[in-house]
Amino acid sequence: MAAPRIIVVGGGLAGLAAVIKIAEAGGTVDLFSIVPVKRSHSVCAQGGINAAKNLKGEGDTTDKHFDDTIYGGDFLANQTPVKAMCEAAPAIIDLLDRMGVPFNRTPEGLLDFRRFGGTLYNRTAFAGATTGQQLLYALDEQVRRYESEGKVKKYEGWEFLSAVLDSKGQARGITALDLRTMELRSFHADAIILATGGTGAIFGKSTNSVICTGSAQSAIFQQGAFYGNGEFIQVHPTCIPGEDKLRLMSESARGEGGRVWVPRTPGDPRPVKQIPASERFYFLEEWYPKYGNLVPRDVATRAIHKVVYQLGLGLDGQPMVYLDLTHIDRATLNRKLEGILEIYEKFVGVDPRDEPMKIFPGVHYTMGGLWVDFNQMTSIPGIFAAGECEYQYHGANRLGANSLVSCIFGGFRSGPNALEYARNLPAAEGDGGHAAELARQAEINGKLLKNEGTENPFKLWRELGKTMTEHATVIRYNKGLKEADEKVVELLDRYKNVNLSDRSQWANTSFAFARQLKNMLELSRVIAQGALLRDESRGAHYKPGFPDRNDEKFLKTTKAAFTGSAAGPRFEYEEVDTQYIKPRPRNYDAAK
Amino acid sequence: MADKKVTLEIKRQASPDDPAVWETFELDWRHGMNVISAMMEIAANPVTADGRATTPITYDSNCLEEICGSCAMRINGKARMACSALVDNLEQPIRVEPLSKFPLVRDLQVDRSVLFENLKAVKAWVPVDGTYDLGSGPRVFPQQQEVNYPLSNCISCTCCMEVCPQFNEETGFVGAATIAQVKLFNNHPTGSVLKEERLRALAGDGGIQECGFAQNCVEVCPKQIPLTDAISDVSRDVLVQKAKDFLRS
Repeated sequence: MAAPRIIVVGGGLAGLAAVIKIAEAGGTVDLFSIVPVKRSHSVCAQGGINAAKNLKGEGDTTDKHFDDTIYGGDFLANQTPVKAMCEAAPAIIDLLDRMGVPFNRTPEGLLDFRRFGGTLYNRTAFAGATTGQQLLYALDEQVRRYESEGKVKKYEGWEFLSAVLDSKGQARGITALDLRTMELRSFHADAIILATGGTGAIFGKSTNSVICTGSAQSAIFQQGAFYGNGEFIQVHPTCIPGEDKLRLMSESARGEGGRVWVPRTPGDPRPVKQIPASERFYFLEEWYPKYGNLVPRDVATRAIHKVVYQLGLGLDGQPMVYLDLTHIDRATLNRKLEGILEIYEKFVGVDPRDEPMKIFPGVHYTMGGLWVDFNQMTSIPGIFAAGECEYQYHGANRLGANSLVSCIFGGFRSGPNALEYARNLPAAEGDGGHAAELARQAEINGKLLKNEGTENPFKLWRELGKTMTEHATVIRYNKGLKEADEKVVELLDRYKNVNLSDRSQWANTSFAFARQLKNMLELSRVIAQGALLRDESRGAHYKPGFPDRNDEKFLKTTKAAFTGSAAGPRFEYEEVDTQYIKPRPRNYDAAK
Repeated sequence: MADKKVTLEIKRQASPDDPAVWETFELDWRHGMNVISAMMEIAANPVTADGRATTPITYDSNCLEEICGSCAMRINGKARMACSALVDNLEQPIRVEPLSKFPLVRDLQVDRSVLFENLKAVKAWVPVDGTYDLGSGPRVFPQQQEVNYPLSNCISCTCCMEVCPQFNEETGFVGAATIAQVKLFNNHPTGSVLKEERLRALAGDGGIQECGFAQNCVEVCPKQIPLTDAISDVSRDVLVQKAKDFLRS
C-alpha cells in the first residue's frame, strides 16, 4: 500500500503542530495556507501559554489547571480532552523551550511565569508580549526543516474551498484555489486536518486577522459536518478601537499589575494624572476582590459594559475605560510588555508608560467550532480539525493563555490520529468524488464571476458585521437575535445579486472575498440561532432575560447541522462529559 | 470635520505583463485612518477621484498590527508597513507603490518568497531530536534572552532587503534579515550545533561579504532589530570560519 497522504489546511500553531507530528512519524504532508505560514494569525497572540509547571513554589498542579479551565468555561467543555490537555501542557512548554523559543527567564536561567485571568497561580510562560509570534516561528522553523528534507510540501497562497467526499461520505481530498493564478484544482488525500482558526470577520471588526473568516469551517459544515457550540464567542475586555480592526491589548498587561478604572465623576475634566486615587473607580477590584483585574474575560467585559452603558461612566461619555500601567517602572514594562506597548504607541500615538490606555471590549475568540470527537475527527470520516476552528477545549469561555496550548495540543493529537486513520483507509472507488466536486466548485466560481448584480460584497460584509456585533456579542436578547438572523437571511438573498467590481483571472481578491462572504453568512446563522435557542446565561453567552445558568436544560453541547432550507440549520444537543469535576456555581467574587 | 478629505495616489499594475498606471482616490477622512483602512474603503467603493469605476486594490495584509509582516509597501517613497502608516502622519497626496526589489504580482502585491528560501539555505532552526518529552530545555540566562529576543522579533517583512543597495540580482545578497537569523540560531545552545554550516552558507557569493555597510536596513526595520550589529558579529564569525576551513584543507 502506498504511503498515506495527509493534507493540512492552515499553517498557524495547530496546523504546524500537526505537520510536525506527521513528518516525524514518517508521513508526508501537503500544507495549504492562504498566507505564507509564518504570517498566520497565531502571531497575534501576545500574553503567553499556560502550563502548571509550578516553578514559583505555589503548589500549582495540572489538576488545578484543569479545574480552572473547566470552571472558567462554565462547565460546558467535555472534561476528558481538557484534562489530557492540561496534563500535556508542561511537556509542551519544555518542547517549545528546546525548539528555541526565547521565553523570559528567571535570574537562575529558568522559565519565568506570570499570572493570567481566571487563576490565582503564576502559570503563564511568556516571551515578552509576543508569545504567539515566538511560538509560531519555532514551529515554522521546524516545518521548514522538514520541508527542506522533502517531507512537507507547502501550498502557500492557496485557499481551501471544499472537501472531496466519496460515495460513502469519506474524505478523499480537497479542492483549492490558487489565489494568484485563480486556478481551481483538486488534491488527493487519505485524511485532512483543518486548522483554519477563528471566525472574527463575521463580526466585521475584531482582534482577528483578515483571513479569520471561518470560511473553511463553514464549507465543511455545509458539506455535512456538525458545528459545535457556535453561539460561544469571546469578547476580549481590553482592545484599542480602530478604523480597520480592534487591536488587542493583552491580558498580560493586567497580569503584570495593570489596573482598570474610570473617574468616579462622569466627564471629570481634570487631566487623568491629577485625579486622586479616592476619586478613581477601580470597579473590577471593588466588585471582584479575590481575582480583581484578573477575572475571566467574559466577566471583565460585562463589567466594562455595565460601567459604560448602565452607570454612564465611560471616559468623556465615550465607550472607553482606562487600562493603567503608569504605576509600574519603565524597565519592567519594557522587559515584559514591550510588544503591546509599542502597538498602543504606534496606533494611538500616546506612550502607555506615561498615560493610561483607553480601551474597550472587542470580539476576540471563537470558542465554538467544528464538532470533533476526542480523537479530533469531525463528523465527516477522514476530516480532522484542530485549533480555534474546533470547539473542544474552552467550553463557554476560554481562559487567557489557554489558546496557544490548546492549538498545539490539538495539532499534536490530530496529526498522528489522521495518519492512523489514513493507514487503515481502503482504496477509493472510482475517482473518490474528485471530478464531481471539481465540477461543483467550477460552477460556483463561474457563476460568481459572471454575476451581473448590483451588490458590493465588501458592503454586504459591513452590514453583516454591524448586525452580528450589535445582537450576538456581549449582551443578547432574543428579539435582537431574531433580527440578526433575519438580517443574515436578507444578506444571503442580496448575495445572489452580488457584483464583483473585478472580473480578472489574476490575483483577484474580490473574488476570493466574495466566496468567503457566502460562507461567513451561512455560519452567522449558526451563531445567531444557536444563541437564540440557548435560553440561559453561561460564560460568554449572556441573556439578561435568562441571567442564570440552567444546567438541567443546557448543560449540553449545541450541535448544528446544515439543511440548505430557508429555516436555517437544524440543532441537536449532546450530553457534556462531566465525569471528573461536578458542575458547581461559577462565582469570581471569592476564591473558588 | 465631515468634509475633510484624504487623497491617495496608488500605483496599479494588473499583472506582471501589464503596464503600470497611477490612480488617484479621494476619501472622507476618519479618525485613526491608516493606509490599509483607506484601501478597505476603496474596496467597498472602487471609484477613482475623477469618478471612474475601477477594481479593488490587490495587496497583502493580515494582522494589521505590524506583527505578521504582510503589508510592506512603499509609502511616500519609504518602505514600511501599511497598517501602521497613519494617514494623519503622512504628507498628502499619499503615494503608495509596491516594493521594487521583488517580482510584482499585481498592484501592491509582490513575491517575497526569496526570504523563506534564504532561511532554508542557512538552516534557520534548532535541530531538536524529536517532539517527544525529553525534559526541559537548556538554561538560558536573562541577559542572553535579552540579546536573542529582539532578533527573534523579525517579521520577515523584507523592508531591510528593499532598501539595501546591495540586494539585487547582480550580487544575489541574502540581506540583513537572514544574517540576523544566523546570529540568533548560532547563539542558541542547541542551535549552535549547525553554526559552521550556517557560516559556510554565508561565506560564498551572495553571502555576508556583499554587505556594503550602507546601514539603511537598521534605519528602516519596523521592529528596530539591531541588524548592523548582527552583520558585524556574523561577519567576524564567517571570517574565523573561513580561516579555520583554510587551515584544515
